[in-house]
Amino acid sequence: MSEAFRDGLRESALYDRRTIHEIQRAAREGIYDIRGFGAKRKVPHFDDLLFLGASVSRYPLEGYRERCDTNVTLGTRFARKPLELRIPITIAGMSFGALSAPAKEALGRGASAAGTSTTTGDGGMTPEERGHSDILVYQLLPSRYGMNPDDLRRADAIEVVVGQGAKPGGGGMLLGHKISDRVAEMRSLPKGIDQRSACRHPDWTGPDDLEIKIGELREITDWEKPIFIKVGATRTYYDVQLAVKAGADVIVLDGMQGGTAATQDVFIEHVGIPTMPAVVQAVKALEEMGMHRKVQLIVSGGIRTGADVAKALALGADAASIGVAALIALGDNSPELADEYAKIDSAPGFYDDWQAGLDPAGISTQDDELAARFDPVVGGRRLANYLSVLTLETQTLARACGKSHVHNLEPEDLVALTIEASAMTGLPLAGCDFAFTPESLAAAIARANGRQG
Amino acid sequence: MTTTAGAVETVDLAATPLRDLNQRLHDQAKAADPIGHWQVLNPSGAHALACGLDAPIDVEIMGHAGYYCAGMNKLATVTVHGNAGVGLAENIMSGVVRVTGSASQAAGATGRGGLVVVEGDASARCGISLKGADIVVQGSVGHMSAFMAQTGRMVVLGDTGDALGDSIYEARIYVRGSVKSLGADCIKKELGDEHRDEIAGLLAAAGVDGIDPGEFRRYGSERKLYTFHVDNAGSY
Repeated sequence: MSEAFRDGLRESALYDRRTIHEIQRAAREGIYDIRGFGAKRKVPHFDDLLFLGASVSRYPLEGYRERCDTNVTLGTRFARKPLELRIPITIAGMSFGALSAPAKEALGRGASAAGTSTTTGDGGMTPEERGHSDILVYQLLPSRYGMNPDDLRRADAIEVVVGQGAKPGGGGMLLGHKISDRVAEMRSLPKGIDQRSACRHPDWTGPDDLEIKIGELREITDWEKPIFIKVGATRTYYDVQLAVKAGADVIVLDGMQGGTAATQDVFIEHVGIPTMPAVVQAVKALEEMGMHRKVQLIVSGGIRTGADVAKALALGADAASIGVAALIALGDNSPELADEYAKIDSAPGFYDDWQAGLDPAGISTQDDELAARFDPVVGGRRLANYLSVLTLETQTLARACGKSHVHNLEPEDLVALTIEASAMTGLPLAGCDFAFTPESLAAAIARANGRQG
Repeated sequence: MTTTAGAVETVDLAATPLRDLNQRLHDQAKAADPIGHWQVLNPSGAHALACGLDAPIDVEIMGHAGYYCAGMNKLATVTVHGNAGVGLAENIMSGVVRVTGSASQAAGATGRGGLVVVEGDASARCGISLKGADIVVQGSVGHMSAFMAQTGRMVVLGDTGDALGDSIYEARIYVRGSVKSLGADCIKKELGDEHRDEIAGLLAAAGVDGIDPGEFRRYGSERKLYTFHVDNAGSY
C-alpha cells in the first residue's frame, strides 16, 4: 500500500490487484483458475493456540535427556496387522501423475527413513513407490485408476477416499499435459486428455453402502489391512460418526488448508472448514461414541511445524499428515530455482502451478527431462531431515508440558490466542479461565444474573 | 458345513461363516492341488460372496447374492444362480462372472478385464467407469450405464435408460433395443464389419445364440470434451 500512497493512488480493499487480475484473466480465457497448493487465504489455525508449558503447578521433562516416545499404532480396531509407526507424522496421499516417479520414490525413501508411512494417490501404485516405502497406504478413490486386488494385497493399509480438504465434494483432475504414456496406461485413459475423475464412488452411495464396501475390502484382503476413511473437513462431526459406523479402523481428516495438485481456485478457497475446528469436532464425535483412541484419527491440512503436530495431538489426534510441506521439503519452491520459476512467470514462495507439469524442481511434472533433474536420494534425505525436525519439535513441546509420550498431550496444555480460536476449540483464552463457547457464555450470563439478583 | 460330492466341494452358508468360505476360496490361489469346482448353498443374499478370487476355479452360488459378489475377480468363473446385488464383479480383472437372473446397480463397475454376463436385466450404472472388461446384458440396463467408461465393451440386447455413456472415453457400447437418451459426449457411430465381428465374438463368449450382430447400434465418444474448450462449457 505504501507504493500506492506514494503515487497518489488508492487500491481497493474489495477489488485488490489480485482480484482485478483474476477478473481480467477469466474474461480472457473463459475457464476457472486451476492451480495446485492449498488454501492461501488466512483462516484460524494452530498458530492461534499456545502451549502453557510446565511451571510450579506442572512438572516438565528434561529437554534432551528424558524419554518422550513418539510411536503410534494405527488400525487396532479390526485389522489383523495394524501399522506401527515410529513417529506420529505420515505422508498424505499424492498421486503418480500429479507427481513424478522420482518424487514419489523420494517420499517413500524419506518416510521409510523416518519410520512412517506414505500413501498412493489417484493413479494407482507404482513399483518405485512400493519398493521404497516400508509402509504404504493404498488409496481406493472414486476413479479407481489402477485399482487391482494384487496391489490391494501388497499394501499395508487401505484408505477409502471420500474427499479431501482442498475440495470436499469434488473429484480428481489431471490436465492433459501430465497424461504421459505411462500415466495414460496406468489410468486406462487416452494420452493427453484433460482427466476429470468422478467425485462419487462408482459402486456405493451412502454410509450403509460404505459399510458393505469396507466389508468387501476386508474379505478380499482376509481382514489383514487397516482400513482408513479419508474425509475433507466439512460436517466433520457427522462424517466421523458415520465413518466409525461404517467400520473404519482409522479416520483421516483433511482440513481446508490441505493441498491439491490441481483444483479450481474457487473450490480450494471456499469449500470446507479449517483443520483446527475440524479436529475438535472429530474428537468430540469419537469420544461420544466411546471410540476415541480405538479408531485412530490422522489430521492433515496445513501441518508445517512440530508445533502444528503437537497441537493436533493435544486436541486429540493420533497422528498428523503432511503433503504440501513434504513437497517443499523435497525441493518445491526452492530459491535455487528462482531463474527457472521466472521463466514460467512465477517465483520461489509463490509457485502453485502444480497442474501445469512445468515444475522446474521436477516434482509436479511428467516431463522426463524435468523429472530427471530431481534426485530421489537427495530428496528423500531432505524429507527424512524435515520429518526428524517435526518430531524433535513435537517432543520439545511435549516435554515442556511434562509428557513422556506425545500422545499424552491434552487440551489442558493449550490456550487460545484469539476469541475465534477459543470459540472453535472450547479452549480458554490465554490468561483467562474462560472459553468462548455457548456453554460458558450461558454460564457466565447465569452467574451475572445471579449476582444482580 | 462342507461336503464333497464327486469333484464338487459344497459349502452351506447356513452353517459356515462367509469368512471361512472366502478364506478357503482364496487359499486355492496357493494350493498345490486346488479344488476346481465349488457350490455355495444358502447364500441368502450375503454380501462379498466369492470376492477377491485369484485361481482358475468354478464357483456356483445356488441362490441370490448380495453386494459385491465376485468383486475384483481374477481367473475364476463365478456363476450366480439367482439375482445379484449392487456392484456385481466390481473391478473384475479376468475370468467370467455370470448371473442367471438380474443384477442391481453398478454391475461390472470399473472392470479391467474378463467377462460379466447378466442373463436378465442390469440396473443403473451398469459398466460405470469401465476400464477394459466386457459386459453382456441379455435384458436391459438402467440409467447412466457406461458412465465415464474408459475402455472395454458393453453389449445390451434389450433397452437402455437415460444418459447412456455419459462422459464416455474409449469404451464401445452396442445396443440392440432402444436408447432412452444419450449422455454428454456420447454419440451413435457407424457399425462396421469389425464391430459386427466384435459383437459376434462377445455373444459367443457369453453363450448367446441366434442373434444377428447387425441388429445392434454402436455408441461411443464424440471426444469433444476430452480437453476443455469454453464453447463446450455447457456440457460439463
